[in-house]
Amino acid sequence: MRYLPLTDPDRQAMLSVVGASSIDDLFVDVPEAARLSGPIAGLPMHASEMAVERHMSALAARNTVAGQVPFFLGCGAYRHHVPASVDHIIQRGEFLTAYTPYQPEIAQGTLQVMFEFQTQVARLLGTDVANASMYDGSTACWEAIGMARRITKRAKAILSPGLHRHYVSVAKTMAKYTGDALDTAAPTLDDDFGIDSLIAKIDGETSCVVVQYPDILGRIADLSALAEACHANKALLVAVVTEPVALGAIRSPGEMDADIVVGEGQSLGVGLQFGGPYVGLFGCKDKYVRQMPGRLCGETVDAEGKRGFVLTLSTREQHIRREKATSNICTSSVLCALAMSAHMTLLGEAGLRRLADLNHLGAASAADRLAEVPGVELVNTSFFNEFTLKLAKEARPVVRALADRGILAGVSLGRLYPGEGALANGLVVAVTETTTEDDVEALAQALAEELA
Amino acid sequence: MSINPAGWRPERPETAANAAPATVTGNRALMLEEPLIFEVGSTLTTGVDLAEPPAGKPRLGTLERTTAIGLPGLSEPEAMRHYTRLSRQNYAIDLGLFPLGSCTMKHNPRLNEKIARLPGFADVHPLQPVDTVQGALGVIQELAVWLITLTGMHGVAMSPKAGAHGELCGILAIKAALEAKGEGHRKVILVPESAHGTNPATAAFAGYTVENIPATDAGRVDSAALIARLGPDVAAVMITNPNTCGLFERDMKTISDAVHAVGAFVYCDGANFNAIVGKVRPGDLGIDAMHINLHKTFSTPHGGGGPGSGPVVLSEALSPFGPLPFVAKHADGHFALVEEETAGDDHPQSFGRMVAFHGQMGMFTRALTYILSHGADGLKQVAEDAVLNANYILRSLEGTLSAPFAASGPCMHEALFSDDGFPEGFSTLDVAKGLIDEGFHPMTVYFPLVVHGAMLVEPTETESKAGIDQFVAALRSVAERAKTGDISLKTAPHFAPRSRLDETQAARKPVLVWKDAALAQAAE
Repeated sequence: MRYLPLTDPDRQAMLSVVGASSIDDLFVDVPEAARLSGPIAGLPMHASEMAVERHMSALAARNTVAGQVPFFLGCGAYRHHVPASVDHIIQRGEFLTAYTPYQPEIAQGTLQVMFEFQTQVARLLGTDVANASMYDGSTACWEAIGMARRITKRAKAILSPGLHRHYVSVAKTMAKYTGDALDTAAPTLDDDFGIDSLIAKIDGETSCVVVQYPDILGRIADLSALAEACHANKALLVAVVTEPVALGAIRSPGEMDADIVVGEGQSLGVGLQFGGPYVGLFGCKDKYVRQMPGRLCGETVDAEGKRGFVLTLSTREQHIRREKATSNICTSSVLCALAMSAHMTLLGEAGLRRLADLNHLGAASAADRLAEVPGVELVNTSFFNEFTLKLAKEARPVVRALADRGILAGVSLGRLYPGEGALANGLVVAVTETTTEDDVEALAQALAEELA
Repeated sequence: MSINPAGWRPERPETAANAAPATVTGNRALMLEEPLIFEVGSTLTTGVDLAEPPAGKPRLGTLERTTAIGLPGLSEPEAMRHYTRLSRQNYAIDLGLFPLGSCTMKHNPRLNEKIARLPGFADVHPLQPVDTVQGALGVIQELAVWLITLTGMHGVAMSPKAGAHGELCGILAIKAALEAKGEGHRKVILVPESAHGTNPATAAFAGYTVENIPATDAGRVDSAALIARLGPDVAAVMITNPNTCGLFERDMKTISDAVHAVGAFVYCDGANFNAIVGKVRPGDLGIDAMHINLHKTFSTPHGGGGPGSGPVVLSEALSPFGPLPFVAKHADGHFALVEEETAGDDHPQSFGRMVAFHGQMGMFTRALTYILSHGADGLKQVAEDAVLNANYILRSLEGTLSAPFAASGPCMHEALFSDDGFPEGFSTLDVAKGLIDEGFHPMTVYFPLVVHGAMLVEPTETESKAGIDQFVAALRSVAERAKTGDISLKTAPHFAPRSRLDETQAARKPVLVWKDAALAQAAE
């Protein structure tokens, strides 16, 4: 067993130091009836590296790889090119196999990365501060609702119909246990982001309005009036960004006066990975920082006066406050945050803006081409790299039929909103810098045939 | 320079003239200072070559960004150096032993990394049609079978993103089960004092009142006190087994039976499952829900603090209430993904969705790879070697450090010591910082709270006898120095990239983002 260094003579020598005659003497506190003797029935014995690789490769081969087919899925997870150096950086053992930096003198590498990440994220989201990452966008969104409850002492949150269906589901699950009242509705298949109807719902009981930007159908809108209406009622505006590359081209939610901005950072540096691990982004205004969940890294000095970094404001956290903690979150996504931070460093402002342009103009061109297909109508007039098509048929079987032809066409709204007949013909299509003109042409032609 | 007259052993330089000079750069040979990207990068620099955007008119309405973001860029060589230099200021399991009690840090096999990066796993979208992701669903299902079998439980929820998220999952399942029985009025969760801080935080987060249960002098939960407190208002007991004193809770089955008898449930914090994997099935001890930290038991990397993954195994009573989505295997071998739309028939009592998508796939592939490498025989050996290593440390240091529960029986995978016997002014923290100078990451300190100045040491099964002997020698030496009042310990570490950092200042006046010095001055 290559991962276990002890030899049998080692074990014997150690047992004699311990004063035990056999290993089972060390398990005496386990009641006899609950002890297992011998390997558990029905499970295979250990296997060689080659055998394990063969088994896992066979499983991997049963999946259709996004990069090998025309591919247009988004809705909260996006396929972008990740520079080779990003993966090299996160595989350095000193990052990959390090522990949470509770001993800062020998964890400055991770801590400086966290500090740089916090600054990059705050600037991208347009907030004063950001934490050092959360599990993912959907759980960060829930934590933001909880934070708004703590700040406003109100428990009624209005969720925009354009908020990702899964994010709504997560919030609903948690609300059942915390007592928050959630105002939710399914989106409509049109070009209305819904700012006015959200404003109309705000009242003196509202803790926050949660709005996704761009939203689940790819729509974008100015959030300034919504922020103003929230603040007039002493409620908070929570903005959710699932495609951070968009912020290279469009104004940030913080710039439009959102109080809390959360997001999914997977787009930058972290691959699709069938849904996880991803990286939750969480930023807010300065005045709310002590109510913010998650880890924070702060700058300080050491005994010799040199600049250094430490985890800070831990009095909000579970290991100190136990049942009075701000949140029970105890893990972040530091390695994924490193990937995102390194990708942002490689891009820089100039690179991110160019990447955003590539995505947006590519999507605009694809939207025009697809809208030419008979039986296809483009729903949004403005969007970033993702837009919605209204098909002449139900979208879900069309997506399945296109998958059989080797094209992963997008996300049918029927998959996300199974009970909503009015959305059944909606197909959300994402275009990134990895999408080629040939991919778009293949989709257009296949769609034309399926819809004919 | 003349040859050292005393022989080949160099003497410490005595005079200032002989002292090592300060360097202009602040660097010391291979130990390189590294500025922040904001101090060296430029918004004009980029380390990626991107194609020319296609011609066309923007469709951004009035939202086009007009202001600068303020993101500095580095060229590729500059970026590689930046991160490589930073990495060298980190301790890591690839450099040496991490003796961290309650936070198992073991070898991370690179085969796991290779497998997780196969495009068939890494480059697959969570919303692809299920026919195109049968292998990914297969991984989830295969890992689920291992977890259920190893724990002797009935079902497993794979989606929780970390251990604490798994705790929440277990508590939500318990709450849903109680409500289904018309027992939603139960509002109390009992948590032993020795539990991880996430346990009470989770219970409170889910709307429960937390009541503490004391530990006995022998380091185990006071089962008499616990059983006496049970009643119709108790929803659940959250217990850690093996516990945070490193001991197996002998009365676990008795406690479980008593909890079930009053209609409540048992949640087990499974962070320490690596001590008993293949030796004991938690299901046989009457546990209803337990999370498994995949990095602790199954070697997915800790990554400087995450990502984690915390699948939760569930008893038959709780399984119907587990979260969505989950993977079901049909008789023909086809895997289905049970989501909101199909759950109505198959899983009507689910408490709902905990997270977008399906959980930490990248961690599942790594954990399954590790499990298959070990097999049923190897996993049993994992527990045995982890426990043997911990007891070897306990007995090797018992004469040097106070070991308050050494008489309570063998420890499991971790050994607990205290600062009892240190002179005035010397603390556990000084020993921890002294260990840094010896080239080791300190053990877990000041946890659990049940002993004063706790030092909780967990070697794990991937440490060799020689490596442990070296660690024992180092810890013994540092502890002896503390006991003799060696003042140099008070300023340790001396050889780390930074000396002791001022954590008070950081908390009092938090600086959480970088601000250009000129800008910061203008703002004041």
